[in-house]
Amino acid sequence: MNVGDALPPLEIEVTRTLIVAGALASRDYQDVHHDPEAARRKGSPDIFMNILTTNGLVGRYLTDHFGPTAVLRKVAVRLGAPNYPGDTLVLRGRVEAVDGETAVVRVTGDNGIGRHVSGTVTVTVPAGGAR
Amino acid sequence: MGDDDGLDDDLHARLKGYEGRPSTVAGAGRDPVNAPMIRHWCEVLGDTNPAYTGPGATAPPTMLQAWIMAGLSPHTGRARPYEELLALLDEAGCTSIVATDCEQEYLRPLRPGDEVTYDSVIESVSPRKTTKLGTGYFVTTRTDVRVGPDLVGTHRFRVLKYAPARRPAKPPERRPRPVVNRDNAGFWEGVRDHRLLLQRCADCAGLRFPWLPGCADCGCPDWDTVDACGEGTVFSYVVLHHPPFPAFEPPYAIGLVELAEGVRMVSNVVGVPYDKVRIGMPVRLEFRRYDDELVLPVFKGVTA
Repeated sequence: MNVGDALPPLEIEVTRTLIVAGALASRDYQDVHHDPEAARRKGSPDIFMNILTTNGLVGRYLTDHFGPTAVLRKVAVRLGAPNYPGDTLVLRGRVEAVDGETAVVRVTGDNGIGRHVSGTVTVTVPAGGAR
Repeated sequence: MGDDDGLDDDLHARLKGYEGRPSTVAGAGRDPVNAPMIRHWCEVLGDTNPAYTGPGATAPPTMLQAWIMAGLSPHTGRARPYEELLALLDEAGCTSIVATDCEQEYLRPLRPGDEVTYDSVIESVSPRKTTKLGTGYFVTTRTDVRVGPDLVGTHRFRVLKYAPARRPAKPPERRPRPVVNRDNAGFWEGVRDHRLLLQRCADCAGLRFPWLPGCADCGCPDWDTVDACGEGTVFSYVVLHHPPFPAFEPPYAIGLVELAEGVRMVSNVVGVPYDKVRIGMPVRLEFRRYDDELVLPVFKGVTA
């Protein structure tokens, strides 16, 4: 785990099912995450992924890479281009800082229309836990 | 996104007055942290981390907010200042909401059985901003999540509360344009003048339709035109139910019409219900305007 290390990218198919199921799994019943007509009335061309799902995917991306002993300390994300059905989200990460067993990883997620998410994750990886 | 004329934005001044005031007081999670919700979450996100299953399982830290979502039930502990802030925004037309930022810090893992409580404060309200979705205000709240007396996580959340931008209504779909070329330009000029012109061979005097550069019978390239009188009969027809094409509304009847002059042409049979069209039905030519550019010859069913 060194500064500058790149995590292998993770591709997520943004299906309508993922958007709706993610909204429900996070108890987010805002209509823009499941009702296309309502989404259009609110200025969006279609339903789009909610922030909790994106947050969860970013967390998964980090723990998938660093393994089950990794502990997330902090996740900070900002959303940009929405994740609409049919798109593909590609998460990428790079270690930005390391302090002992704790690293700060800069994460970006791009989809077909631009940068969906950018943020940082602080993760502690006990010695021997990192791949 | 850009700053609007924030200088004389009285609403922003009023909204700013809510900064530092509570948005939730003594809120309580709807359910204790529990294995089924964790499992659903992991299943949806494709998260196979073994730390989230089995004895000693912890919840994915990023579920922090899921434990405090009101869902479809009324919010518990929502504080009056936050209700007022949202009401002011609603009154100003900012009726829609979308989350833009989430910053979470996890102080200790949550485990099944943990019962979370939370308090939130309104941290800031931005000046009026215009985004692709519409114009509104970014509202940032910070939530402290506890189990018993212990702080287990903090959650800073930013939403855009906005008035949806009006999307221009989709223009009505237009019928496909005819392909006009040197061989058939005369026909379309005739249609423009509400004339249905047939070609007549200069040599054998055979009438033909559709337009062709030469006579299919005698090969003569020379021709002139005659006006169709407009009378005809349905030689054959189909009714289209499916698939629906843009600008067409199924079901509708398409006839192969034999004109009084003897040639046949395909067009819509109109003026009679689609299921009343029959072979042999007399029809009469008319010209129908479909949009500011397109006029087409169609055949109106003549019922006894």
